[in-house]
Amino acid sequence: MTTADLIRMANQIAANFAAHEEAEAATAIASHLRQFWEPRMRQDLIAASAEGRAEELSPQVLSALALLQQ
Amino acid sequence: MTLLREPDHGTPVKDGAPITLWIDGAEITVPEGTSVMRAASLAERQMPKLCSTDNLEAWGSCRLCLVEIEGVKGTPASCTTPVRNGMRVTTRSDRLARLRKGVMELYISDHPLDCLTCAANGDCELQDMAGEVGLRDVRYGMDGENHFDAASKVEPDTSNPYFQYDPAKCIVCSRCVRACEEVQGTFALTIEGRGFESRVSAGIASDDFFSSDCVSCGACVQACPTATLVEKSVVDQGTPNRTVLTTCAYCGVGCSFKAELQGEKIVRMVPYKDGGANEGHSCVKGRFAWGYATHSDRVTTPMVRDAITDPWRKVSWDEAIGFAADKFKAIQAAHGQGAIGGITSSRCTNEEVYVVQKMIRAAFGNNNVDTCARVCHSPTGYGLKQTFGTSAGTQDFKSVESADVILLIGANPTDAHPVFASRMKKRLRAGAQIIVCDPRRIDLVESPHVKAAHHLQLRPGTNVALMNAIGHVIVTEGLVDEAFVAERCEDDSFARWRAFIAEERNSPEALAPAIGVEADLLRQAARLYATGGNGAIYYGLGVTEHSQGSTMVMAMANLAMATGNIGREGVGINPLRGQNNVQGSCDMGSFPHELPGYRHVSDDLVRTEFELDWGVSLLNEPGLRIPNMFASAIDGSFRGLFVQGEDIAQSDPNTAHVQAALEAMDCVVVQDLFLNETAGYAHVFLPGTSFLEKDGTFTNAERRINRVRPAMPEACGLAEWQVACRLAAAMGYPMDYANAAEIMAEIARLTPTFSGVSHARLDQDGSLQWPVNEQHPDGAPIMHVDGFVRGKGQFMLTKYVPTDEKVGRKFPLLLTTGRILSQYNVGQQTRRTANTRWHTHDTLEIHPHDAEERGIADGDMIRIASRVGETTLIAEISERVPQGVVYTTFHHPISGANVITTEYSDWATNCPEYKVTAVQIFPTNQASAWQTEHEAVLATHYRVAETAAE
Repeated sequence: MTTADLIRMANQIAANFAAHEEAEAATAIASHLRQFWEPRMRQDLIAASAEGRAEELSPQVLSALALLQQ
Repeated sequence: MTLLREPDHGTPVKDGAPITLWIDGAEITVPEGTSVMRAASLAERQMPKLCSTDNLEAWGSCRLCLVEIEGVKGTPASCTTPVRNGMRVTTRSDRLARLRKGVMELYISDHPLDCLTCAANGDCELQDMAGEVGLRDVRYGMDGENHFDAASKVEPDTSNPYFQYDPAKCIVCSRCVRACEEVQGTFALTIEGRGFESRVSAGIASDDFFSSDCVSCGACVQACPTATLVEKSVVDQGTPNRTVLTTCAYCGVGCSFKAELQGEKIVRMVPYKDGGANEGHSCVKGRFAWGYATHSDRVTTPMVRDAITDPWRKVSWDEAIGFAADKFKAIQAAHGQGAIGGITSSRCTNEEVYVVQKMIRAAFGNNNVDTCARVCHSPTGYGLKQTFGTSAGTQDFKSVESADVILLIGANPTDAHPVFASRMKKRLRAGAQIIVCDPRRIDLVESPHVKAAHHLQLRPGTNVALMNAIGHVIVTEGLVDEAFVAERCEDDSFARWRAFIAEERNSPEALAPAIGVEADLLRQAARLYATGGNGAIYYGLGVTEHSQGSTMVMAMANLAMATGNIGREGVGINPLRGQNNVQGSCDMGSFPHELPGYRHVSDDLVRTEFELDWGVSLLNEPGLRIPNMFASAIDGSFRGLFVQGEDIAQSDPNTAHVQAALEAMDCVVVQDLFLNETAGYAHVFLPGTSFLEKDGTFTNAERRINRVRPAMPEACGLAEWQVACRLAAAMGYPMDYANAAEIMAEIARLTPTFSGVSHARLDQDGSLQWPVNEQHPDGAPIMHVDGFVRGKGQFMLTKYVPTDEKVGRKFPLLLTTGRILSQYNVGQQTRRTANTRWHTHDTLEIHPHDAEERGIADGDMIRIASRVGETTLIAEISERVPQGVVYTTFHHPISGANVITTEYSDWATNCPEYKVTAVQIFPTNQASAWQTEHEAVLATHYRVAETAAE
């Protein structure tokens, strides 16, 4: 999948958790990615974040990615 | 079985206090309100009758069912006389026999005596009654004024492709007219003229059946006691002599049918009265559009080719399966275990779907399995699991009979789920109210004897805003069912939702500009739903196929919980599923993250159970969804796909993207009836079976598991599950079953909600609504009665997030899509029937103002363009759509409706956002580039080499 698609989809998930408190949103996004995204998609998103695309991701997604890497 | 003739007790069943009476000396107890006719029939004293049948209210016109009642003067009609306690009825006496014979003499004096050459010979109630009353001659002769001799006969109306109307044989019992009104609710038929001139008329005098408002549901034909209204197939072939009980393969209503045959040739499909989903009713598709099963386009020999531009080579099953397995194994060897996957189909049985998902998980060794529910109701699964704990609708269809306020959102049941729509209309005629939430003015907004209390004509893409506005009113105006919420729902999640929804940003006044509906109207609708009695939400793809499809499902669940409209008859959250086995294909573990029974692949206990049973290790991570597969195909990491009965090249969004994905793959295997759009990009074609050849089960939208029984042998020689088993074996994982019942036994063994299901049990009980287990041994028509599956109901926060698909100067209109009555989804089946006469091509509905601005007239060819593609359609000027919104169907491949829909999708499930595409339209006089290319593909990708099969 293209990195742009992954970023768009991840930000879209975050937007739908925007009414939640920040920490809860990050946990929910991480859980969603873990439950529904094929591992390669998660890995590619994490890689994209590490390789200079982080500014395209919402803060909640970045927090979620941090949780995924713990 | 031999021809199944269902008992007809003459008048409908009633539900009242017990009444005991005596009929011909036999004591019987029946509910209050029951007719004497019905009571007599139940006491095995069947009354002679012509104008009555037990799915219609009594009419009392034929005067054949006269009885004598002790203490009552005269001979009242038993059909219109209700039972009373202690009543003593005589059904047979010399006086009654004389009267009945006299009535029959009058009927027969104006009826052609052509029984031996009549299409209804042996299946005619008039013939039966003449026999029963012992009619031997007609004192009046046959030469008087009549409707059948050459001088007075009106030619039969043969305009309808499936049935004919012959007025010469009509006894004017009005059963057809009443069936059209009471059962179907269309009110297309009437009796025109008076006395001797009375005739059944479809609309005004100039109308024939085809041009009238008749929707060809067949209820009139079924109700007709003579050959006046009769199936053309019966006229052509003769009366059937055996029955196979089975289930329709079209929409998610899942109607039960009697397939009536001569040998292995279908004569007609007749709706089954004991079918729980349809109770004897049908629509034009299930009743009549089954001819595709024997259409000459059926491909019944396996075929292979190395490249998609090569001609197909017909081969043996062994060669085709070996070819596919070798390709798949080579792909995995070169690109990894996750480089292939498969898609299951909601047109296939539970058993077939189960076997395919097992093949993918166990033989392919990955979880890259998805299903066509991805593009329709996947948000339903997600949303209802989050809130209630299970991925299914909460009610049976019958529940609508107890609804007081129906909130209908993004669904058009009269076209897409017609048999359920008839139930709904019946309830509306009885006094329930309906709130229609739809950008289009669908028939349920206003049609004969139906007028919506409110039509919330919202802007496409604003569903969640609408629900939030309604939720805001419920919370801020004190309309919450506090007792229900306190007892049945989570305190924390409710408190949080209550605070969220009460925020001013969720008020009707704040959201009305986005929704496009006045705030006051939103408030009125909210109050009606919350306070109008039993509130029931019914919805379709207009809910799910949005970027917030899952949020919307949760928003609806929030409303139902907040108002206590869940867990009993007449209420609930009711998804109207698009295909007959959407529920079943999801139940069977077709999603990449879930094993059968909606259990996540990461659940070690569950996975271990499957591993032990299947004797193989399973992955604990989710696989690719369909859109992920396409994207991965384009980036080169996904290279092989097994497609069971889904035409992704036509049905999935952004056709160019899908075609590019298919072209990028090394091996695409299609299992289908026809060389469909996807087959143009396939390397292996494995012939499939129609529903008339299948043995197994379908599960409809109300979780009803129904048997599908073969009426004819498989045209291709193998059941679809046998093909999947062979492919799995060729991939290195032996998989074998003796029959479909054995597959269901495995499903029941491994799926707690199906633990009490077996073919034998279904054959005995007719149907079962899951869960069928220790807690619910006979199934559960209504769910969440004493508590939610997840324990307490969970309220979810549903922030309205506008879609990224925006209108602007370049694309100022919003396109939304849907389907119509006569056609079904991509049209592979219905386009191969006479249903095409009602819908020869897809059109684009456009508001007169938008058309005028662009110089477009009705019937003009127009170019419609979005940011991803363009196609051409024929304009249909219509005020059904509001200004700024255009609408089309997608039943014909050449229309290329999905050439313009985009890659945007639901945030949680990736269900495509079919319902919102920004477009512009222009007059044109030439096909689009895609359409020209499509014509070329038809010429190059579908050739079949002349070589014969082994």
